[in-house]
Amino acid sequence: MMGELLEVKHLSKSFAGIQAVNDISFSINRGELVSLIGPNGAGKSTCFNMLNGQIKPDKGSVRINGRETVGMSPDKIWKLGVGRTFQITATFYSMTVLENVRIALINDAQKLYSFFARTEKLYHEEAMNLLEQVGIVDQRDRLCGILAYGDLKRVELAVALANNPGLLLMDEPTAGMSPKERVALMALTHEIVKTKNIAALFTEHDMDVVFNHASRIMVLARGSLIASGMPDEIKNNQMVQEIYLGASFT
Amino acid sequence: MSIYAVQFLIGLSDASVLFLTASGLSIIFGVSRIVNFSHGSFYMLGAYIGYSLIGDSDNPLIFWGGLFLAAVVTGLVGVLVEIVLLRRLYHVPELFQLIATFGVILVIQDLTFMIWGAEDLLGPRAPGLTGSIELLGALVPSYDIALIVLSPLVLVGIWLLFYKTRWGALVRAATEDREMVAALGVNQNLLFTGVFFLGCFLAGLGGAAQLPKGGANLLMDFGIIAEVFVVVVVGGMGSIWGAYIAAIIISELNAFGILFLPESSLVMMFLAMAVILIARPWGLFGKSESMEHKPPSEREDLTISGRKLPWNWGWLLLIAVLLVIPWFQIDFVMTLVIEMVLLSFFAATLHFIMGPGGMVSFGHALFFGGGSYAVALFVNYLQLPMSVLLIAGPAVTMVFALLVGWFCVRLSGVYFAMLTLAFAQLAWSVVFQWDSVTGGDDGIIGVWPTGPAEDKIVFYYLVITLTSLSLYVIRRVISSPFGFALRACRDSSLRSRAIGIDVRKIQWIAFTISGFMAGLAGSLYVYSKGSIFPTEMAIPRSFDALIMLLLGGVQSPVGPIIGGSVYTFLIDYITRFDYWRLLLGIMIMLLIVLFPRGISGIFSSGIIQRIKLLGQSE
Repeated sequence: MMGELLEVKHLSKSFAGIQAVNDISFSINRGELVSLIGPNGAGKSTCFNMLNGQIKPDKGSVRINGRETVGMSPDKIWKLGVGRTFQITATFYSMTVLENVRIALINDAQKLYSFFARTEKLYHEEAMNLLEQVGIVDQRDRLCGILAYGDLKRVELAVALANNPGLLLMDEPTAGMSPKERVALMALTHEIVKTKNIAALFTEHDMDVVFNHASRIMVLARGSLIASGMPDEIKNNQMVQEIYLGASFT
Repeated sequence: MSIYAVQFLIGLSDASVLFLTASGLSIIFGVSRIVNFSHGSFYMLGAYIGYSLIGDSDNPLIFWGGLFLAAVVTGLVGVLVEIVLLRRLYHVPELFQLIATFGVILVIQDLTFMIWGAEDLLGPRAPGLTGSIELLGALVPSYDIALIVLSPLVLVGIWLLFYKTRWGALVRAATEDREMVAALGVNQNLLFTGVFFLGCFLAGLGGAAQLPKGGANLLMDFGIIAEVFVVVVVGGMGSIWGAYIAAIIISELNAFGILFLPESSLVMMFLAMAVILIARPWGLFGKSESMEHKPPSEREDLTISGRKLPWNWGWLLLIAVLLVIPWFQIDFVMTLVIEMVLLSFFAATLHFIMGPGGMVSFGHALFFGGGSYAVALFVNYLQLPMSVLLIAGPAVTMVFALLVGWFCVRLSGVYFAMLTLAFAQLAWSVVFQWDSVTGGDDGIIGVWPTGPAEDKIVFYYLVITLTSLSLYVIRRVISSPFGFALRACRDSSLRSRAIGIDVRKIQWIAFTISGFMAGLAGSLYVYSKGSIFPTEMAIPRSFDALIMLLLGGVQSPVGPIIGGSVYTFLIDYITRFDYWRLLLGIMIMLLIVLFPRGISGIFSSGIIQRIKLLGQSE
């Protein structure tokens, strides 16, 4: 299945008079791994939070699979098949890696409201598969509260994949990882996007990761989309070079 | 028309006292993040000290000077409490701080009683302000006018202090980001002590200023705390302006409520609060707590409960011992064991929402006392049998929990706790004031088991059976997918929502289950006692459960049992002494200072180890 999975039009948000995101429009198709880059404070996370329902936009529309999602809560948006990882990892710190993934699987199977079932017997195999996919099986019995940051990023990805999402939203998926791990994780993401024919949008500060893995790059600066195109086009874009090599390089 | 004007002005003057007290609480919370539960005690202390300082002098200088001095002395008592107790507790989990301040309440209560006696004291009249002034065509006591003028003056004073002095700038900075201020080399201890002085000074001023209107009595501390909490929550934690506006709203609602529907004035106040909090969950002027990103200290109360079901043999042994006890036919032992078991049961229902759920309720007695009262009323008016009422009682509290929970789960953290307290106080006031139905202070007596349970031994076994069954159900639920979802919501609501969990719904259901169970504990309790009084619904009862959890360990699955038994036994013993509140208060404080990580650690080193591991990863 091809076509636009995510369609964003005229999305805007301001906080206390400061325009965090200013009238941005774009769309993403299945099979695309799109990177959203820009200096700190460009509005990347605000944008992600509007797509995922944590922040309500002032203006504009977001369509996922043709469904308007502005005004929906994150848990409703999840039901449309959206997986999300956060810039500052959000996992269940009192649960093991395995349990983190398991609870997502349980909810996906709509078994969250069973009050007497033994949780440890549910979806063991599926959870193990996901952990294997992101390469964290060996850590399965450790509590997320004591896990290294790079590993938490992997747990988040596994959790985000639990409901077989059509759209992956990844806010700095490789922060806190070593260069080698970054490449491995993005290669994995790339593969998932291709084999499952899903769409993914990610932000990233590591330009190597961005230019090696993104099939398309969008550049955000001071809340506005200033460029969009193939990696090569972006590399040679005058404005982008100024932003990244100029004063606000981060 | 004039009657409305008078009510309006009296409302404003009440608002002054409320504002003074509430602003102190708000300031303390804003900077130290400590919910000073003993704030009402400082308010009471201010009144008593003011009474002694002013005496029956009719010199205006002595009167006003006395008010000020009373506030200063109260502030100094606050400083003492801060230095001796709270300073050691800034880094321990919130619950411990809270219970420590509850210890302060008990100590101040008994000390006040020792110094000033049990009788209500009539306040001095303000010299030169004993008459009335004609205003807007009505006679208004001139002291009320003076109070109305006082609070804007204090408001401006606080504003100047916060916005025009270096100290104020530091306090505001600390409110925003404590760690950053510390990193800038500011002496935190001095800052916190100063803030605590200011907060208690304001509470003392409030207490002293209301002397001519209300005098001083030993019920003042709990009397004002619910209203103060409502004001702070409605106004927004840490916001002085919010406290002022909210104090006016609440007081005016009270003043006009009394005019139109005297019985409903309290209900009006709480309804207003509920409406405001639904529209603005952080209060009128409060800022929302950041989405996630809990500070490390709060993450320490990492739970293990729910993973495995350890101590299976321990449970069986415990039940076996309990089952054997009636063979010895010692009446007082059976009575004590029943009480221990039922209060542990009550604590376990609180543990369910607090441990795995992370929802700290200050008002759980609402459901315990609610169950007792439901049963007692049914017995009194309909003479229903016990078999029916053991279902009907919990069913009633379940409905309460559905209603209260719907509001409460919209909030989190301190706001949640304060809202639960406010609802519990509302219920308590209704029970306390509605003489004709509930018997008011005299309670309801003659509620004894019917049917086979009339026999004490049968009743005993009934209690053990129903409690064990309920605890088993709770444990199963904790380790079920629903229990995991509940913990998920506690660990990270952000992540929970992102994997499609309806956080509020999960918490609402858990709250309702807990309310039902607490109601069952309460229903059994009233049968064991044969009578029920409003105290079973009051704040100290809610705190009993909190202290039991603290004793046993909030995150320990056996915590409620150990804590409940030890605490009940302790209370049974020390209430034989004259000043047992003083004793208990000091014990609570010592306990928290000596074992800031909780007594549970003694029983289960695994928890301590996990906390240590967590500490290292920070």
